[in-house]
Amino acid sequence: MGLSIALTVNGAPHRVELEDPRVTLLDLLRERLHLTGTKKGCDRGQCGACTVLLDGRRTNACLALAAAHDGADVLTIEGLAGGGGELHPVQAAFIAHDALQCGFCTPGQVMSAVGLIAEGHAGSDPERVREGMSGNLCRCGAYAGITEAVLDAQGRMAGRGEAA
Amino acid sequence: MNTFEFVRPATVAEAVAAASAPGAAYHAAGTNLLDLMKGGVARPTRLVDVNRLPGLDRIEHAPDGGVRVGALVRNADLAHDPAFSRRFPAVAEALLSGASAQLRNAATVGGNLLQRTRCAYFYDTASACNKRQPGAGCDARGGENRLHAVLGWSGSCIATHPSDFCVPLVALGATVEIEGKAGWRDVPLVDFHRLPGLAPERETVLETGDLVVAVRLPAEAARFAAHARYLKVRERTSYAFAVVSAAAALRMEGDRIAEARIALGGVALKPWRAHDAEAALAGARPDAATFRRAAEAALAGAEPSGDNAFKIELARRIVARALAMAFAGTPERVPALPASPFAPVPGASIHV
Ligand SMILES: Cc1cc2nc3c(=O)[nH]c(=O)nc-3n(C[C@H](O)[C@H](O)[C@H](O)COP(=O)(O)OP(=O)(O)OC[C@H]3O[C@@H](n4cnc5c(N)ncnc54)[C@H](O)[C@@H]3O)c2cc1C
Ligand code: SF4
Ligand code: FES
Ligand code: FES
Repeated sequence: MGLSIALTVNGAPHRVELEDPRVTLLDLLRERLHLTGTKKGCDRGQCGACTVLLDGRRTNACLALAAAHDGADVLTIEGLAGGGGELHPVQAAFIAHDALQCGFCTPGQVMSAVGLIAEGHAGSDPERVREGMSGNLCRCGAYAGITEAVLDAQGRMAGRGEAA
Repeated sequence: MNTFEFVRPATVAEAVAAASAPGAAYHAAGTNLLDLMKGGVARPTRLVDVNRLPGLDRIEHAPDGGVRVGALVRNADLAHDPAFSRRFPAVAEALLSGASAQLRNAATVGGNLLQRTRCAYFYDTASACNKRQPGAGCDARGGENRLHAVLGWSGSCIATHPSDFCVPLVALGATVEIEGKAGWRDVPLVDFHRLPGLAPERETVLETGDLVVAVRLPAEAARFAAHARYLKVRERTSYAFAVVSAAAALRMEGDRIAEARIALGGVALKPWRAHDAEAALAGARPDAATFRRAAEAALAGAEPSGDNAFKIELARRIVARALAMAFAGTPERVPALPASPFAPVPGASIHV
């Protein structure tokens, strides 16, 4: 069954032919568009490694059928840094706070943090940040740095009047 | 995963017609269905995508205080709707204690009601499971069943229903609106999920093609807003299903309880409304002895289905704790750790 969908990915329009309706958004990004920054950890919604912003909201790409998202706007880790290569404040804060070791979970953590800051429910309470980031597991246990990085980036973005 | 036909109906009538074909299943966010399809547990031959159906994504507050929530409203949007969380704070707390922020952004109200059990043998196609394959047997009996049911189970199936959302909803008297081949009908949520009996494969009252279009809460459910909590014991702090959970809501008149609502999660194949416990509280003084008596009544019919006798006493304690926390008052804001039983109860011993 042929199915053709339109997606905007990191600002660029794409038309993708899906010969097979089983393709997830995660597999589409990695295997059709070669955007391999978005990681496949569990493929079952349990780890958060595949987190992207789908129409501005953080979502697990592994449990999203591509066919159901015709017309969607997707932001992945590859689209986060500015055009001149300057890092997004969340990326910069992850480096400044040593919020990673192996880095496998990091794209998902960063995208989740961008989503959390845009949602605006956590405020400056580390407990709310930890709870809000609990959908992203880190096998290296970099959680302390991740919480600090999210709080720091959020503070800097508020200072600059940025939402995301 | 088996392959399937993907159809995107534009109207409810088209959706019902498309889903009435053998092998068809509705697809909402897919956060449960796709997981089951990847494991070969669900094998639909046609997915009927409900995401483009008009009018199903609205939260409609009635002037009298009731609410109608469309089946496509996302779990996160409902929990963060200010009027909804003010009127039905235990429902918002339950939603925010479930899954992760990413999953709540996607998961729909309809999908949450219809999510399948997390019994590990149901998920494992190499195990015998009457729910997955009627008549095959039940490997959970005599297997790893610490987390299985203590109320309403049968020899055919001892699984539990995993939804948090449904627990306060059933306590507050929610109604499910259904569109089907025979038209529209209402079913009280308390009658929506079936106990296993001899046919655990029949999970709800839905017939082939039936679409959940909305869930309603009546105006009187908002009268509990000042004293309403959801408590959930998990095996880790967050991002885990309930071992046992309880919703408790009180309507106070002076120093007496005028009316109480109690339901339990993680104990049965449906969200479990505890009418006897509610009756034990009507007109009573809100103290530890009263709460314990209500908790005893809530679990009066409980029986272990395996290595899970601990869940019965745990559930009693969670009911009593939820009542004490509800009496202490609904917090201004959903707590940083929603539904955590480890937060202190003002003026009460934590060891209820
Ligand atoms: C890692 C993980 C952790 C989780 N933790 C929790 C938790 O702690 N607490 C909790 O409560 N839940 C938890 N969940 C489950 C989650 O809440 C459900 O997956 C979600 O609510 C399902 O909604 P959906 O829109 O994705 O449904 P889908 O997956 O699209 O559908 C689920 C089922 O509902 C049917 N369906 C969907 N919409 C309709 C409709 N309108 N009418 C009729 N049938 C319909 C589908 O056919 C399917 O059978 C967790 C899930 C994951 C993956
Ligand atoms: S408890 Fe129910 S769901 Fe689990 S294996 Fe037995 S029949 Fe299947
Ligand atoms: S890969 Fe999607 S949550 Fe693990
Ligand atoms: S940095 Fe290694 S998994 Fe998180």
